[in-house]
Amino acid sequence: MDRFSGNFDRFSDLFNPYDSNPTNANHAIGDFTKCTRKPLVMGSTVLGLEYQDGVMIAADTLGSWGQLARYRNESRIYPVGNFTVLGAAGDMSDFQHTKHMLDSLMIKEYYTNDDHVLSTPHIYEYLSRVLYHRRSKLDPLWNTYVVGGYNNGERFLGYVDLLGTTYQSSIVATGLGAYFAQPILRNAVEGREGILTEAEAIEILNTCMKILFYRECKTLNRIQRAKVTADGVEISEPYALPTEWSFGEGIRGFGTQTQ
Amino acid sequence: MSSIGTGYDLSVSTYSPDGRVFQVEYAAKAVDNSGTVIGLRVAEGIVLAVEKLVQSKLLVPKSNRSIQTVDTHIGVATAGLLADGRHIVNRARDEAENYRDIYRIPIPGKMIADRVGHYVQAYTLYSSVRPFGASAIIGTFDHDGPQLYMIEPSGVYWGYHGCAIGKGKQVAKTEIEKLSLDELSVVDAVKQAARIIYAVHDEAKDKEFELELSWVTAQNKRHEFVPADLAAEAERLAKESLNEEMEDD
Repeated sequence: MDRFSGNFDRFSDLFNPYDSNPTNANHAIGDFTKCTRKPLVMGSTVLGLEYQDGVMIAADTLGSWGQLARYRNESRIYPVGNFTVLGAAGDMSDFQHTKHMLDSLMIKEYYTNDDHVLSTPHIYEYLSRVLYHRRSKLDPLWNTYVVGGYNNGERFLGYVDLLGTTYQSSIVATGLGAYFAQPILRNAVEGREGILTEAEAIEILNTCMKILFYRECKTLNRIQRAKVTADGVEISEPYALPTEWSFGEGIRGFGTQTQ
Repeated sequence: MSSIGTGYDLSVSTYSPDGRVFQVEYAAKAVDNSGTVIGLRVAEGIVLAVEKLVQSKLLVPKSNRSIQTVDTHIGVATAGLLADGRHIVNRARDEAENYRDIYRIPIPGKMIADRVGHYVQAYTLYSSVRPFGASAIIGTFDHDGPQLYMIEPSGVYWGYHGCAIGKGKQVAKTEIEKLSLDELSVVDAVKQAARIIYAVHDEAKDKEFELELSWVTAQNKRHEFVPADLAAEAERLAKESLNEEMEDD
């Protein structure tokens, strides 16, 4: 198993699509219990940062099927309760399962009616325990999650992956974003969380998502942003980032040059 | 009572010669002894109101609620044995969760009433169990608008515009019939519900009671207890109209 989220969709040691030996029937029909370690429709980067009003996260709307840009309108950001938002990279069907699981949890908390609501740290802890439990069963939920929230004036931004690894930070990036966007986020955000305005936060995320679109093949320039502030969760409609490709024309070996 | 001493009232698996199941009727008696519970269905939502008789002054206020939430969009008010009512609510919660797991949408009103109705009915079939000594009024809001159902200990359920069970059900029903439910706003329905509960309360027999008020409105389609300020206002108006009646007499 390749634990690095950037390699999630490389079928690594588990699955060889060219193996015709029936005793190695490790494909879906032969041994469906192993499907869980063969993610199919994948989402890529999620970015999150803290700013003065709360927390903001961004993700593109692509569900990749291998190298194919299969689903171009896949929302990877989901609200959980009124002050928590979940961003998901990795397998989209596992993400759908997680959404349903968290919905059921929130419903149970709602009808208990004891004036307690689950705040972001509770949801984050719950989710990370589920992920660790599933990895311990060798049946991981193939996702990296970014959990953002704002409760009683406190920002929360956390990361949890398919192994149950967690960390909290004022910037979070999954997938290739951890390589391309994390350094940019560090420079732009760290130490300035309290003074960063909403407009600046949007600008930073747009820039990072655009760079990721340029550099990573399994992204789209169509993204969604979510912010969690004292007013609650607000998830934007998907919007397109303007991109510029003409610089490629002067580069040898790029595009349609004939030489 | 014609049933006593005949031997036909000992089990739900025995009919009387004239075709009745007395145990079920006794269960209905248990419901008739409890505080009044009413449900109103208006255009923009449903309102549930309970006259919760307080057994002891030592009880913590607002404890032992008889209105409970199922899923997020369903309110269930029970009359009769509180513990039986809770069991019915638990079952309703399981059914709602099960429906969501399969169909990935909130359970519609008629489905929850149907499933819980069948469950209650199963307890009228076997000599090893006793029928529920509780009735449930189910209020919800689904894609067809507001829904109000009442499930009786026999397992039978009907949809209603307005319904009442418990001690004061006769008076409450006549009061509800006087309302033009289709024209009432939810806020007015809350006030009417509070007024009716106060009107049917028999101060000579039962001293203390707590008024429970909840609603599901078209606005957010969630079952919630009525906000404290509105509940207080409704209670104040109810007491006022009660005093006016006394002066008239």
